[in-house]
Amino acid sequence: MENLIALLVAAPLVGAALLLCGGKRLDRTGAWIGSLFAVASFAVAAVLFADMLGKSAEDRAVHQHLFSWIPVGGFQADVGFQLDQLSMTFVLLITGVGSLIHIYSIGYMEHDERRRRFFGYLNLFLAAMLLLVLADNYLLLYVGWEGVGLASYLLIGFWQHKPSAATAAKKAFLVNRVGDVGLSIAIMLMFTTFGTFAFGPVLAATGDTSEGKLTAIGLMLLLAACGKSAQVPLQSWLGDAMEGPTPVSALIHAATMVTAGVYLITRSGAIFNAAPDAQTAVVAVGAVTLLFGAIVGCAKDDIKKALAGSTMSQIGYMILAAGLGPIGYAFAIMHLVTHGFFKAGLFLGAGSVMHGMNDEVDMRHYGGLRKYMPVTFVTFGLGYLAIIGFPGLSGFFSKDKIIEAAFAKGGTEGWILGGAALLGAAITAFYMTRVMLMTFFGEKRWAETPGAAAPGQQVQHPHESPKVMTIPMIVLAVGSVFAGALFSVNEAFVTWLEPVTSFAHGHSPLSATAITASTIVVLLIGVGLAWQMYGRKPVPAVAPRGSLLTRAARRDLLQDDFNHIVLVRGGEHLTRTLVYLDHSVVDGAVNGTAASMGGLSGRLRQLQSGFVRSYAVQMLGGAAVLVAATLLMRGV
Amino acid sequence: MNPVYYLYLAALLFTIGAAGVLIRRNAIVVFMCIELMLNACNLAFVVFSRMHGNLDGQIIAFFTMVVAAAEVVVGLAIIVSIFRTRHTASVDDASLMKL
Repeated sequence: MENLIALLVAAPLVGAALLLCGGKRLDRTGAWIGSLFAVASFAVAAVLFADMLGKSAEDRAVHQHLFSWIPVGGFQADVGFQLDQLSMTFVLLITGVGSLIHIYSIGYMEHDERRRRFFGYLNLFLAAMLLLVLADNYLLLYVGWEGVGLASYLLIGFWQHKPSAATAAKKAFLVNRVGDVGLSIAIMLMFTTFGTFAFGPVLAATGDTSEGKLTAIGLMLLLAACGKSAQVPLQSWLGDAMEGPTPVSALIHAATMVTAGVYLITRSGAIFNAAPDAQTAVVAVGAVTLLFGAIVGCAKDDIKKALAGSTMSQIGYMILAAGLGPIGYAFAIMHLVTHGFFKAGLFLGAGSVMHGMNDEVDMRHYGGLRKYMPVTFVTFGLGYLAIIGFPGLSGFFSKDKIIEAAFAKGGTEGWILGGAALLGAAITAFYMTRVMLMTFFGEKRWAETPGAAAPGQQVQHPHESPKVMTIPMIVLAVGSVFAGALFSVNEAFVTWLEPVTSFAHGHSPLSATAITASTIVVLLIGVGLAWQMYGRKPVPAVAPRGSLLTRAARRDLLQDDFNHIVLVRGGEHLTRTLVYLDHSVVDGAVNGTAASMGGLSGRLRQLQSGFVRSYAVQMLGGAAVLVAATLLMRGV
Repeated sequence: MNPVYYLYLAALLFTIGAAGVLIRRNAIVVFMCIELMLNACNLAFVVFSRMHGNLDGQIIAFFTMVVAAAEVVVGLAIIVSIFRTRHTASVDDASLMKL
């Protein structure tokens, strides 16, 4: 059975190779071929999952060693796969949600001339992400990690004829590189510390290693996670990544890419458990990001960017939970899975709205769409209820557990983290309600005929999307509704993951009922506030100037300005100073030595005049000096 | 007679010779002044030999004469050759290796 693991990665990889090398003859069938390979990978995953369920909890982890990759003395890099409960969860999410997004893209990209290439890139994305979660050592994980970066670059910049898309792709790639450097340093540190980078030996040896080294490795892993998962301070690429086609956003935000950081931290749990300082850094990053993303999400009028802010915030929850240690890992992954469902559903819904509205993304030009797109409205609405944590839907179960775990951290820290998580829940409810109201409710801020259009209004003919798009949305909506409850029955999800991530019950200063009650209260406050602002009065078609915070949030809380002023300008000044130092000091020393030698030689050359009599004077003078010196020495 | 007077004479001759080498331009005269200096040295050697009562100084004087004779041969040949090619015997005109 374990021989099938390689097939998981191979299927989409073959699909990618076929589509990217196949040429024009595959243009017509490319979309179906790409989807077929994705579904094939999901089928293999389902078979492996069924097999895994049949075994006892201890025997579930299976390994497949393919070949020895770089055998050089003490440096042994192998290509091998490890499929345990954690990997399995990710594999099912990636291939399942990934396949749905493939199928949806058949409809969404129907009129794009380069769709064969698009599906090739999608397959490549899946293959890289599967390699990342299936690798049994950090070096192979790094290969998948870089592959995800490459595929995201290709997909974000898919509409490369738009300069904004090309720039966004470059930005995503460069910001990700910063994180990648962290991962490569972490792997090097592991090699010098443990002499290996295979998961098994490294994670088993953390007990005998100094805390300082583990903290260093942990912080480098955190940097890596920040890059891929768009956490503060490496979050700036995520908003711009919306330049890609909407299914790409769904894929990046739900099933792949941004979940890689959470996977990395959870997988390296043993290292973080033994390095409390690194854990503190992780929870700090998570708490800051969950508020940061939520605030950004409140101010955006672009529906995709509002959802991007929300992703940042939800991943912040996961990172926060992963930083809490054994009381949080399982909940981080549980929220990741439920988030995979509802965020994919929301993005596909947003894509469906854009599909019916001539690619208009500004929510101020939407309004009243629920009558025109009933299926999109219902599926988006269920995703909305799930993400805000409406009782009974999946987001409620997973987010509630994270808030509870945050309080259970204990002490002042617990209160701060729990408070931040609760506040985040309130803001989530606010901005998601805002998106919902601006898009599907209220007055139409567009016109069906040119004659009826008020000044500034667009003429639109909104229509429901074809079945190939709505069916994946319906499946995801069903997942958004039931996944959380399914996972929570008898703590099924926690029991499932416990052999890999270990689990400890947190002891919260507040009772579970009190926390649940307070999440519902803040949820209602957030929804009510949004209703007050966007539901009861008409939404202006042109964005009002807004408060200072609103304007800052529209500019992504000045993250780009910060990067520009501190990093870009700072870098420029640094290079200028270095160039100046190079010219004046280094070149100055070298050139100065040469010039002084030249000058000295010029003087010395003049002694060689060729006049015999001047030589004679020199000889006489020299002899006189010698004689005088001799006499003086005698005298002394 | 006090041998020191001979040393004074040797010093005087050497000075005249050195001054001649430095001041005169004619190669023949310069050459003669060099000979004067050599012979001033020879005189000094001989005087010292006499004063110390051994023959070392005199032997060195003979060596000097032999070397001076050889030097005269080579030196005069060079001067004649220079005069033939440049039609002058001024040492200042012969400041370059080429013509």
